[in-house]
Amino acid sequence: MTPEEIQTIAVNQQKVRHKTPYHVCVCTAAACHSMQSDQVKNMLFEEVRARGLEKECTVRGVGCLGLCSEGPLVVVESDGDHPTQRLYKKVKAEDAPRIIGQMGKEPVADLLCPSDLPFFTKQKKIVLENSGLIDPERVEDAIALGGYAALIQALTDMTPAEVIEEIVHSGLRGRGGAGYPTGLKWSTVAKAVGAKKYVVCNGDEGDPGAFMDRSVLESDPHRVLEGMIIAAYAVGAQEGYVYVRAEYPLAIKRLRNAIRQAQRLGLLGNNILGTPFHFHVDVRLGAGAFVCGEETALLASIEGLRGSPRPRPPYPAQYGLWGCPTLINNVETFANIAPIIRKGSAWFAGIGTEKSKGTKVFALAGQVKHTGLIEVPMGTTLREIVFEIGGGIPEGKQFKAIQTGGPSGGCIPEKYLDMPVDYDSLSELGSIMGSGGMIVIDETSSMVDVAKYFMEFCVSESCGKCVPCRVGTDQMHRLLEKIAKQKATRNDLALLEDLCDLVKKTSLCGLGQTAPNPVLSTLRYFRHEYESLLRAESHARS
Amino acid sequence: MRMDFNQPSPPSEDNRWKMVTAAMRKHGFKAHSLIETLHTVQEVFGYLDETAFHYIAAALRVPLSQVYGVATFYHFFNLKPPGEHTCVLCTGTACFIKGVPEILKAVQDHMRLQLGETTPDNKVSLLSARCVGACGLAPVAVFDGEVAGNLTPADVVNRMQRWMNHDT
Repeated sequence: MTPEEIQTIAVNQQKVRHKTPYHVCVCTAAACHSMQSDQVKNMLFEEVRARGLEKECTVRGVGCLGLCSEGPLVVVESDGDHPTQRLYKKVKAEDAPRIIGQMGKEPVADLLCPSDLPFFTKQKKIVLENSGLIDPERVEDAIALGGYAALIQALTDMTPAEVIEEIVHSGLRGRGGAGYPTGLKWSTVAKAVGAKKYVVCNGDEGDPGAFMDRSVLESDPHRVLEGMIIAAYAVGAQEGYVYVRAEYPLAIKRLRNAIRQAQRLGLLGNNILGTPFHFHVDVRLGAGAFVCGEETALLASIEGLRGSPRPRPPYPAQYGLWGCPTLINNVETFANIAPIIRKGSAWFAGIGTEKSKGTKVFALAGQVKHTGLIEVPMGTTLREIVFEIGGGIPEGKQFKAIQTGGPSGGCIPEKYLDMPVDYDSLSELGSIMGSGGMIVIDETSSMVDVAKYFMEFCVSESCGKCVPCRVGTDQMHRLLEKIAKQKATRNDLALLEDLCDLVKKTSLCGLGQTAPNPVLSTLRYFRHEYESLLRAESHARS
Repeated sequence: MRMDFNQPSPPSEDNRWKMVTAAMRKHGFKAHSLIETLHTVQEVFGYLDETAFHYIAAALRVPLSQVYGVATFYHFFNLKPPGEHTCVLCTGTACFIKGVPEILKAVQDHMRLQLGETTPDNKVSLLSARCVGACGLAPVAVFDGEVAGNLTPADVVNRMQRWMNHDT
């Protein structure tokens, strides 16, 4: 297809949308899906048909609407002179007649979710801008809202060097957690010499408590593909892989469907949009190994091997998949590319803080009222996230800590809640940005248990290649268990601290290097909890 | 170049092997399709066994040790046949904070079942997942492929006991 034909699809789709004054959008992303939102959607559709309203109202499944704890969520939009939008929460299939019946009249009060909650108003959406608006299974929906416009712009008006320059100027940093400048990574791969190059999308969201990548892939898979295709054009790659966790069947299904649609429209494959540029994408399934989020382990897994990391350098940018230069970026990083190309690097660089640009998607969960998927500008404070967007702690309990970065991150106590969320502030506090999992912990949880939980995770996920990680995590876990059982002495605590230092400094890959973080950060802020569990006589002696 | 390599024949007449062979053929019987192939075997048979390992090793021309190594490295692969019904408890951080340890304790007390075990009558298996990505609904479990959220220990025990008592 030519760029003009793609634009025709966009125009036609917009016309179709304006044919009916009412639109009922049902969230079909993972959380609502598991609350039987499919049945809700079918009942709403039946209801529209029974009332003969097909020409008045469309019923569609859309991507994540964000407020997962209140699912299944349904939005009823009406166009006309006074466009309105109603968000209904906890909708059941039997609510369909009331929802359809009240279209254009008073809303159904007991299901209505106020849309002026800080949960919605405090957010700024770039990655999730189409999430909840488009049907993730229809490429036409994505195109109507600007999907693939950035690709057309890049392929027809820009050289690969100009694309990279745009990404460099935007200040985008890797959203997988480490925050490496994306533009720099792209230019390294572009400069690398090799007959064949690869682009790999890291969707191995292993942090237990994070579901950003899942939601992006389930809600707007075309945005990720578009970012990958632009990246391939910029660095000169011909083949790419999306590595997704096998635990995400819905995301895999929608991604595969999106790839087929893009191939059909000539947006993937040979001679993309009638240009000499070729790019092919395939999906590879992970199989439940946290270490595969590490880039060299991920590449080994794509090659069909055990996911063991290898020392770097050489970095994958020089020596990656099957020895070829390889660009690896996270799902969310790729999802940021198209808006940057469309709206310009200056626009993107104007959002966020000095060193962390743009927005970040977080999966907010744990002991907080409103759990779900949020996207906020970098620099938003943790207090705003927990107490305004999240609505605070339920049941009048006290806030204790917020855990960011999963097993590689740390727990941040109340007194630092006014710190802005960006890469540098979080690492200063002994945590990390991580991929975006945020778990709120209240006074009822013991921080020693939390540290023990993460250490147990690291023990089972250590690949066993290097000794400090394989043996060290196990020893640390035993010490934590001893402390939790109130059998440890002061010496054990000192040994634990020594081990943290050793494992951090000597492990081969990120898993081991960051495994002590949950222990170190809880020791830093909640040392009294450890000390109160030490054996009584050791208190007396000290 | 002469190909003096013969593709091995499937271990049995079972039609499901055709799907496994098709998965390997799709990737040209290349060694790097090992994980994809193991996924297919697990999808159609429910678990991986030695027969499958031998067949895949021969068909993809990789050492048997490598097939076994990969199959045991990744947590997603089951090497034991699961029971008639499966309950997968999510052990992600949000579920941990919201009470999966209590659920697990209740199941262990009432059902005398540990994680990774199947009841003696082969009816129910108790498994765990690192995170099913439905943290907004924590605590979460997957009953026979269906995700259920906001669970209490009693919910899970009741569900499992119903499976034990009836055939539904």
